[in-house]
Amino acid sequence: MADKKPLAAGRFALYAVLVFLALLFLMPVYVMAVNSLKPLEEIRNGNLLALPQLWTSEPWATAWSTAQIGVQPTGLKPYFINSFLIVIPAVVLSALIGALNGYILTQFKFRGANALFAAMLFSVFIPYQVVLIPMAKTLGFLGLAGTISGLVFVNVIYGIGFTTLFFRNYYAAFPQELVRSARMDGAGFFGVLLRILLPSSGPMIVVTVIWQFTNIWNEFLFGASFSDFSSFPLTVALNNLVNSSTGVKEYNVHFAGAFIAAIPTLVVYMVSGKYFVRGLMAGSVKG
Amino acid sequence: MASLDLINIHKSFGATQVLHDISIGMADGEFLVLVGPSGCGKSTLMNIIAGLEEPSGGLVRLGDKDITHAGPADRNISMVFQSYALYPNMTVAKNIEFPLQMRKVDSSIRAERVQSVAKLLQIEHLLERRPRQLSGGQRQRVAIGRALAREPQLYLFDEPLSNLDAQLRLDMRTEIKKLHQRLGSTIVYVTHDQIEAMTLATRIAVMKGGVMQQLGTPHEVYNRPANLFVAGFMGSPRMNLVRARLTANGDVLSLEIQAGDRRRVAIALPPQPAALKAYVGQDVIAGIRAEAIFMANGEAVPEGKSHVVDARIEVIEPTGADTLVVLNLGGHEFTARLEPDLVLNQGQEGKFVIDLSKLVCFDPATEKLIA
Repeated sequence: MADKKPLAAGRFALYAVLVFLALLFLMPVYVMAVNSLKPLEEIRNGNLLALPQLWTSEPWATAWSTAQIGVQPTGLKPYFINSFLIVIPAVVLSALIGALNGYILTQFKFRGANALFAAMLFSVFIPYQVVLIPMAKTLGFLGLAGTISGLVFVNVIYGIGFTTLFFRNYYAAFPQELVRSARMDGAGFFGVLLRILLPSSGPMIVVTVIWQFTNIWNEFLFGASFSDFSSFPLTVALNNLVNSSTGVKEYNVHFAGAFIAAIPTLVVYMVSGKYFVRGLMAGSVKG
Repeated sequence: MASLDLINIHKSFGATQVLHDISIGMADGEFLVLVGPSGCGKSTLMNIIAGLEEPSGGLVRLGDKDITHAGPADRNISMVFQSYALYPNMTVAKNIEFPLQMRKVDSSIRAERVQSVAKLLQIEHLLERRPRQLSGGQRQRVAIGRALAREPQLYLFDEPLSNLDAQLRLDMRTEIKKLHQRLGSTIVYVTHDQIEAMTLATRIAVMKGGVMQQLGTPHEVYNRPANLFVAGFMGSPRMNLVRARLTANGDVLSLEIQAGDRRRVAIALPPQPAALKAYVGQDVIAGIRAEAIFMANGEAVPEGKSHVVDARIEVIEPTGADTLVVLNLGGHEFTARLEPDLVLNQGQEGKFVIDLSKLVCFDPATEKLIA
């Protein structure tokens, strides 16, 4: 037992460090939560860390439905909906295109497949700023400038590099014989993808959805550049809310707004994170 | 069911030629085994039959239809893969149904077909399970079931037993043979295991380096191997191959074997084909199977057909069913398959009988059978 002491002490130190780091990470969340539930006067009187003396949900209601964002006092609600209208099709389309690309790049060994993949991979490293002007031109040409569809288009294009990378690497490790077998059994080009590959891609689909959802939901630059008042995504609306130069700065409303903006990504992580782990476990038992 | 004709099949990847002019004609109901060491091109040839790869030249004909350029789905050929290739996202029943579904077969017929196949292979109780819940042997049955359900014109088996353990492999081998006898189907079967080839085939194609070495019945391939490679590859233990000098004494030909400090052994041969006479005074490679060497038991041996030699026992390997003995005969090592009950001692000198009707001779330069 005696030589267990230093081990226990080591454990204690380890947990102390971990708890400290966890608190450090949770601090901003705590500050946001606490201050979004206070009246404005309490914030002005100082002490951001104190719990509210008077609990109120008023800032949340304001941020959601009555805060001044554009010309109208609409709150974040319409922009929240805009973001969903952008994110859902963009995630689905980019994941499907990524799966299709991964399927083609791994199952049909054509000349230049690797070069093409390298080029697609390179698109992952292109900074957003570089493509702003060409993209604006393209959207104008397609008649999609300032629309939700335009933002879906931009985010799909920008996401293909990542989703292709994900699915290509997943399908490269996929047993070749399954695909050959399906082809002999009479499955066509899309038959193999839809009936064999996609149903076996659970974990990869979850990874792609988490990645794409988070990226597109949090995306700001394209949203700010390619939208107008009717098609602002939530990130741009939140920025407008916080940066509005008229009147008093309603910090409690800002905190509530920021929290609202963060909720969907949190939910995606919590819900699909579980399926993600489960999917990995199911795949790890050799089948 | 249908016949299959491979006519002058070539295949090359860039500059490397992996198949050289392969021609095989298969009658309806034949069980052809492609056998050879890894890299001999047998799997490539199978993929060409399946339509998964295109030949660089030549024709593939199924029945009287040219299918050289038809896609794998348009060939009416089923394949059983080495890894079974069961779709992990589908139940056993769905797996068996899949090829029928892809061919838009009516759903009532599909269900009926799944039932009859499951009954035939005794996997009815597994129909609702997923592939990962099955053992290796069960997966194998499902894979065969999926191939059967479609009732194709031709079945392909790509090393289907190599992932099974030894006992199960024997059982499944028998099952596959039974299935062939019952259905009378045309089958092409790839393996690197020469015993599987011998036991299953109606004809064997032995391949090496993309060249077909011999095409014949198991009996022909075993007893009259076309060249040294086939002689060494088919059969376990390997055929004894030894360089010998061919001499003539009047009409009687003899083989003389000598190496090291052992006494020279001369073996007088029974009447031989005329082709061998041309080698008198030269070396040939003589081949004799282990089971054609017996221990002399004092009884008179029929002269001409067999020959008695002196040899020393070097190694004794009992296998239970019989005992393999390595003999030193004229300085060369020979393996003999002897009765299991003989009392043998290492180092023992004894008299052995060689059954000369089983003797084959090869040209040492071309390595071809002298016939």
